[in-house]
Amino acid sequence: MTRATLQALLSHWIRNPLQLFTLLAGLALATALWSGVQAINAEAAASYDAAAATLGEGTYDQIVARDGGSIPQETYVALRRAGWLVSPVVEGRLSGVRIVGLDPLTAPGGLGPVDPVDTDIAAFLSGAGQIFGQAEVLAGLAELDAQRIEAPDVAPGTAITDIGLAQGLLGLDGQVTRMIVSPEQPLGRPDLAQVAPDVTVQAAQAGSDLGRLTDSFHLNLTAFGLLSFAVGIFIVNGAIGLAFEQRRPVVRTLRALGLPLRRLMALMALELTAMALIAGTLGVALGYVIASLLLPDVAATLGGLYGQSVSGTLQLRPAWWLSGLAVALLGTGLAAAAAFWRLARMPLLASGQRRALTVVAGRAAWVQGAVALVLLAVAGLLALTANGLVAGFALLGTLLIGAALALPLILDRVLALAEGAARSLRAQWFWADTRQQLPGLSLALAALLLAMAANVGVSTMVSSFRLTFSGFLDQRLASELYVTAEDEAQAEALVAFAAPRTRAILPIQSAEAQVRDLPTEVLGARIGPTYVDNWTFLASVPDPWARIAEGSGVAINEQLSRRTGLDLGDAVQLQGRSFTVAGIYGDYGNPIGQAILTEPVFAGLYPQVTPLQFGLRLDLEDVAALRAALTREVGISEGNLIDQAGIKQFSLDVFDRTFMVTTALNVLTLAVAGFAILMSLLTLAALRLPQLAPAWAMGMTRRSLGVVELVRAVMLAVFTAVVALPLGLALAWALLAVVNVAAFGWKLPMFLFPADYARLGLFALGAAALAALWPAWRLARTPPADLLKVFSNER
Amino acid sequence: MLLSVTDLRKTYTTGDGVVTVLDGVDLSLGAGETLALTGESGSGKSTLLHLVGGLDEADAGRILLDGQDLTAMDDVSRAGMRRGTVGVIFQQFNLIPSLRVEDNISFQARLAGQHDAGWCADLAERMGLTPQLRKYPEQLSGGQQQRVAIARTLAPRPRLVLADEPTGNLDEETAAQVLALMLELVTDTGAGLLMVTHSHDLAARMERQVHLARGRIA
Repeated sequence: MTRATLQALLSHWIRNPLQLFTLLAGLALATALWSGVQAINAEAAASYDAAAATLGEGTYDQIVARDGGSIPQETYVALRRAGWLVSPVVEGRLSGVRIVGLDPLTAPGGLGPVDPVDTDIAAFLSGAGQIFGQAEVLAGLAELDAQRIEAPDVAPGTAITDIGLAQGLLGLDGQVTRMIVSPEQPLGRPDLAQVAPDVTVQAAQAGSDLGRLTDSFHLNLTAFGLLSFAVGIFIVNGAIGLAFEQRRPVVRTLRALGLPLRRLMALMALELTAMALIAGTLGVALGYVIASLLLPDVAATLGGLYGQSVSGTLQLRPAWWLSGLAVALLGTGLAAAAAFWRLARMPLLASGQRRALTVVAGRAAWVQGAVALVLLAVAGLLALTANGLVAGFALLGTLLIGAALALPLILDRVLALAEGAARSLRAQWFWADTRQQLPGLSLALAALLLAMAANVGVSTMVSSFRLTFSGFLDQRLASELYVTAEDEAQAEALVAFAAPRTRAILPIQSAEAQVRDLPTEVLGARIGPTYVDNWTFLASVPDPWARIAEGSGVAINEQLSRRTGLDLGDAVQLQGRSFTVAGIYGDYGNPIGQAILTEPVFAGLYPQVTPLQFGLRLDLEDVAALRAALTREVGISEGNLIDQAGIKQFSLDVFDRTFMVTTALNVLTLAVAGFAILMSLLTLAALRLPQLAPAWAMGMTRRSLGVVELVRAVMLAVFTAVVALPLGLALAWALLAVVNVAAFGWKLPMFLFPADYARLGLFALGAAALAALWPAWRLARTPPADLLKVFSNER
Repeated sequence: MLLSVTDLRKTYTTGDGVVTVLDGVDLSLGAGETLALTGESGSGKSTLLHLVGGLDEADAGRILLDGQDLTAMDDVSRAGMRRGTVGVIFQQFNLIPSLRVEDNISFQARLAGQHDAGWCADLAERMGLTPQLRKYPEQLSGGQQQRVAIARTLAPRPRLVLADEPTGNLDEETAAQVLALMLELVTDTGAGLLMVTHSHDLAARMERQVHLARGRIA
């Protein structure tokens, strides 16, 4: 019985290969986009874990120099002698590789590649020593005497070695960069300020702050992967729903011939499971390809934006390909649930007629409309109250699902109105026929709606971000030339040389502090026209720079304001002195808090900080001459001179690479939606013959029927685009005003880009027309004999 | 007695209230016997056929088929009865469009676990379907499709054949041919035949006739 039934079930797919292809391709595409994103996330997560495991970043408190520089080795010795359980770390860059020197004897357990218990610690510490890293990193290092040992678990772009060797390689003899503070410290040890007043403890919180940012980046990617998966599942749902509808007569026959319902459902579930596994495997393979293509950009993004190193090559991790298969099964289950439910409730003597083309009407339409309204109302409520990432994504979810559910009903009403307003008989037939076709196309149109809305929303967000970021760069990079001196003496010479040749010299100096427990960078600004003319505040008291210049005020960045709740007029404590917040400014891309004081006040609070970096204001045409003179007369190396245009271009390049992944996913999602339309039209084509044959018999040519099909698809895409535009803008608003604030700590202004939307609309119409072209061509070439069969079958 | 129906009752609830379709029907049929069930539209002919075929459940009464009480069976047991003991020939043929003719003929026998390749080939031969075995149902005429449906029903050698207007979709000449073949094969297999028909000519070719009016045997 099982074999005969399976043969009957599977023969359906053999006789309908296009439907089989739609199902497998839809599921494979959905799985591919989902598992591709997951592969990227898994790779990045593995890189972070490797970094945390080897370097203790974000896990342990760190001791760093107050002035941000290196720490004399004597300070480390003094702390150890005083009872502090700290371990020294030396860090720096050599040939583009991050060199990290550890002391395996004092490092907390589990850090670094060397375990004092299990490995040859003598080899690590003595002679020429050993250096650990990934193969490509070791290959990139210049000639070394140390033994190179491949260690795949070491963070990408990083090499680990003994602290002594690292000091030699980096030219930091007698210095350490930071110290790792062991979580278990002896009681009664002296206060840090007593033993080493020049250093400060940086809480592990600073590391996790960065973790939060990268988490939110991955959350964004996951959300996009989920959206793509949802679009793919729309295709699968359409294909399964259509297949079940087409097989209603067969199901009835099978049951009439004595096949128990439970056995039938079990065999159909088995059939779908097999297909899900086949499509899932294809999808995971395709996802691997997508991830391999996108990963280098993601790695560049994370490196450029957050300073996190991520391996640029992909490994086949069991966790993600297994989760890809699981998601394929889950997606198939979701897509097939409604079809199975209908099958289980179908009476044995029910009509075997196909119902794929019935108009959404009656109770089902009411229920769908009510659910859509409730979801949109919840979205409206969340828009007013949402605070935090979860609420932000709930807002996006309710908005998108509510709109997708509402679309067929909106289109049905629009078409009914058009039908009522039609004057000619042919126009009336066209609208009525389009309305009848709507249920079969509604899933594909909903997929197109989601894809277009996501495109409008994300491109609005990215373009708004770019516009704001570009303005922000103009504000922050006002100086025409940036110079870094190697030491204090060179800094003095530089200032003396540049003073008569420039309009202003602006020192760039900073110190680390904690404001309401948030790591904060304090800047000392030489307030003058550059600040007063160029800086734009998000919020400020009247004449904020005057308040800061007189020493009572401080300007803080938006991140510090949002995360600590500081607002205008509030007091900020720095080194025991109180300042009033005079202005809050946008500071895009910065993960930590920032506060700006006037230069004299800063110098009083942080006397140990000597500025080595300067911004020089001069006429643009004089930049090249001054660069040359500074190199020649003051001995500033070329690498320490950066002109404004170079920095801006670099920053914008980083920005553009950051969103390259988003753009790629955008295009892929739209392509999947186009595919959904194509497949829906192709599978509906055969079912539509009974509707079209009478029109043909009454005098319409096959060619004109084909043209009508094409026009219909484009027109439905136009209607969908009209709904997608406001939905996309609402999505953009939610991303900018809710999700972005929760994820990154800053709010962005929203700008509109009508030309981009028009281009997207044309692209979507093109995709719809292209998708409709083949079915329309096939219809135009349908042999008359096939059309006649419609009538002969009705005998 | 192959089939014994006693005081069978069936009602349906519609928007207009409860409609009584069968109102205490008594009927019997012996092995190898043929019986025509006639009546106006809505008289309850098809409902009676569905109940005897285990496709629907009665409200009251008893149906004994080959000594087994169909009305006391659950859905799974009735499905088992439909596979092997009863064969139903529908007016709409109800073939499986994605299977070839040869697979359609053998389908019910395979479902019942009683497949006999020689008997299926013999059925195809006697039905004149041998040249069509590799074709799909959509490539056949209506008469050919109904012959496939009859062969499929007889392939597991059922004890009782139920036919619901089996020639209703066929022209007169084809209908006569199909009926002749069906009667010949039913006689050969020793099965009982209960056929619902509107046609007095077809009914006259059965051994017995029963007329149903307003849910009762007239």
